[in-house]
Amino acid sequence: MELFVLSPILFPLLGILINVTQGKKLSERAVGIIGTTMAGLSFFMSLLIFFTVERQPDHQLMATLGPWIQIGTLNVPWGFQIDGLSGLWMLIITGVGTLIHLFSIGYMHGDERFTRFFIYLNLFVASMLILVMGNNFLVMFVGWELVGLCSYLLIGFWYKNIKNTEAARKAFVANRVGDVAFVIGLMLIFVTTGSLTFETVFKFAEENPAVMAGVAGAITLCLFLGATGKSAQLPLYVWLPDAMAGPTPVSALIHAATMVTAGLYMMARSHVLFELAPATQTFVAIVGALTALLAGLTALTQNDIKKVLAYSTVSQLGFMVAAAGLGAYIPSVFHVFTHAFFKALLFLAAGSVIHGMEHHAHATHAHRTDPQDMRNMGGLRSKMPITFWTFVIGALALAGIPPLAGFWSKDEIMVAAGQGNILVFILLTLSAGLTAFYTGRQLAMVFYGRPRTADAEHAVESSASMTVPLIALAAFAVIAGFFNFPAAGGGGLHHLLESVIPEEALGFNVILALFFTALAAGMLWLSFTIYKTAYEKPESPDPLQRLGGFYQLSLEKFRVDELYRAVFIKPFYAFSSLFAQVFDLGGIDGVVNGVGTVIKRAGSSLRTIQTGFVRSYGLMMLVGVVVIVAYFVMNSR
Amino acid sequence: MEATAFVVLSAILFTIGVLGVLIRKNAILIFMSVELMLNSANLAFVAFAHRWGQLDGQLFVFFVMTVAAAEVAVGLALIVTIFRTKHSTDVDDLSQLKG
Repeated sequence: MELFVLSPILFPLLGILINVTQGKKLSERAVGIIGTTMAGLSFFMSLLIFFTVERQPDHQLMATLGPWIQIGTLNVPWGFQIDGLSGLWMLIITGVGTLIHLFSIGYMHGDERFTRFFIYLNLFVASMLILVMGNNFLVMFVGWELVGLCSYLLIGFWYKNIKNTEAARKAFVANRVGDVAFVIGLMLIFVTTGSLTFETVFKFAEENPAVMAGVAGAITLCLFLGATGKSAQLPLYVWLPDAMAGPTPVSALIHAATMVTAGLYMMARSHVLFELAPATQTFVAIVGALTALLAGLTALTQNDIKKVLAYSTVSQLGFMVAAAGLGAYIPSVFHVFTHAFFKALLFLAAGSVIHGMEHHAHATHAHRTDPQDMRNMGGLRSKMPITFWTFVIGALALAGIPPLAGFWSKDEIMVAAGQGNILVFILLTLSAGLTAFYTGRQLAMVFYGRPRTADAEHAVESSASMTVPLIALAAFAVIAGFFNFPAAGGGGLHHLLESVIPEEALGFNVILALFFTALAAGMLWLSFTIYKTAYEKPESPDPLQRLGGFYQLSLEKFRVDELYRAVFIKPFYAFSSLFAQVFDLGGIDGVVNGVGTVIKRAGSSLRTIQTGFVRSYGLMMLVGVVVIVAYFVMNSR
Repeated sequence: MEATAFVVLSAILFTIGVLGVLIRKNAILIFMSVELMLNSANLAFVAFAHRWGQLDGQLFVFFVMTVAAAEVAVGLALIVTIFRTKHSTDVDDLSQLKG
């Protein structure tokens, strides 16, 4: 039974084993197929497990590998628990993961560390599965840290460029800051409830509201701060845009579909705790909404195709976090589900575009213009038709146009916001409008107009290994919304997650739905019309520059990185420099070296006794003998 | 009979011998001083033997003399060897082992 439940983790691990030991002897194609097949098998097993779980009377499967920590009252096993919530996440991870593995075969073709890439991808799938399959906070934390590691390895994959390694380090450190808070939260949970296992903790919380009343706020705040690191919210979101330094499949898998949703998973899993702390929930909702707005404003002016999508991801995560903060966990999870598809689709399509742009430069070894800068693109509609159409579907889904997936999930969140918190509602509405605007801008700049550079002129459609996943994801982006089609008593998702998150469905509000559709369509049309003809040359000014100072602020990402540098990093470096130079090099090294110097000096001064003259040695002997004899004479008296 | 005078004489001779060893530069003169020291010890031995009326001290003088003779033989051999390379009996020239 354990083998069955754990098989989705074991297959990627097997893939790692094979590729690590045999990778050098295998061809590139073989390595890619092994990695993708393992991910595919993982998906297949996840499906089987999913349907098995549904047939169980209590809708869950448990498996324990053995004891881990048994100290005093703390008992943490290597335990795994599959229910609706973890099952859903498993399907997303392995499903989207497999498609991205397939995409990477074409995208990373020719890279000298191709094998290493697939090993890291498999490691990521295994790590993320551990995260969502654990039955206690500590196993989840193991997965949490492992995906942070994989993120670091994959962002800095092209390590020869120092910028990439700096981005990887930034991601890891930002995550770490969140993790400190997370661990404090775990400690508080243990101290209060005496356990870290989900079942035990949540039962305790439900049965002892008086005990929890004081601590719940602190616990949930700490947990949420951990989530802001992993899921890129204010104040720790700064690593995600920089993480675009990694290969595009990495951005699609880790920073759009899966790792960044870990925080959402954690909050959905711990909803019992959050519901006992209404103050924290309000805080969570506001932070999520503010993040959504800030990221949306930044995405408006970005010129790098991936940066737009990165800020878009931060913004959409803000939507999900805000929904969770409003207590609307099902809409939050629903948006995670739909977002995974259309955001991964958009990233992969962007990767296809970048690949097409690089194709010409590769072929002719000409001077490279930046293949990721949208100002260098244009008119790719006719050059890369499949990429174009799948991108359009993804973009419309993101903007929230019915009947595509994004509309349904975003609408549910807005209904919850409308009933929950008017401030959040306003912020999210503004963000939704911005989403449509920058999506239309991106669509127009990349695919419409006339090609602005030679690279765009000679762009070619990508190979099947890249376009097939695009088409598959596009199909999901279309139908995923119907998974939770509003019906009396809730849609499919409500029923799936009933055992984990019992929540009432909020129903479908036709007026709000029409309003948001109109908003999205209007903003899309507006930006599309402006940008279809705005850029004649790469150096043309952006129409948004008419907004003057605001444009500059947005382009410079509101200078948040600079703020952090001045407030946190510089003082930290100064502080650390104090310890390094003054205490360590000066103090400790000084003492140790000083001892050596003293001994050396003592030695060289004592050395002068050895004159080499026999007569002086004779004199010393005489003196010594006299002293000894005198001593004996004195003592005998 | 009292040994005071003899012991005093022995002490004076010993001191002269020590001063000779420390002050003289010629290797052979240093040896002579060492002989002087040994003989002053002999004198002290004999003086005390006479004082206590026992022959032990006088017997010991024989040992000392034998050792002195052996030592002179070896020492003079060394000086001759050194003289062959250094062409000098100056003890101050042998300072190569300085620190």
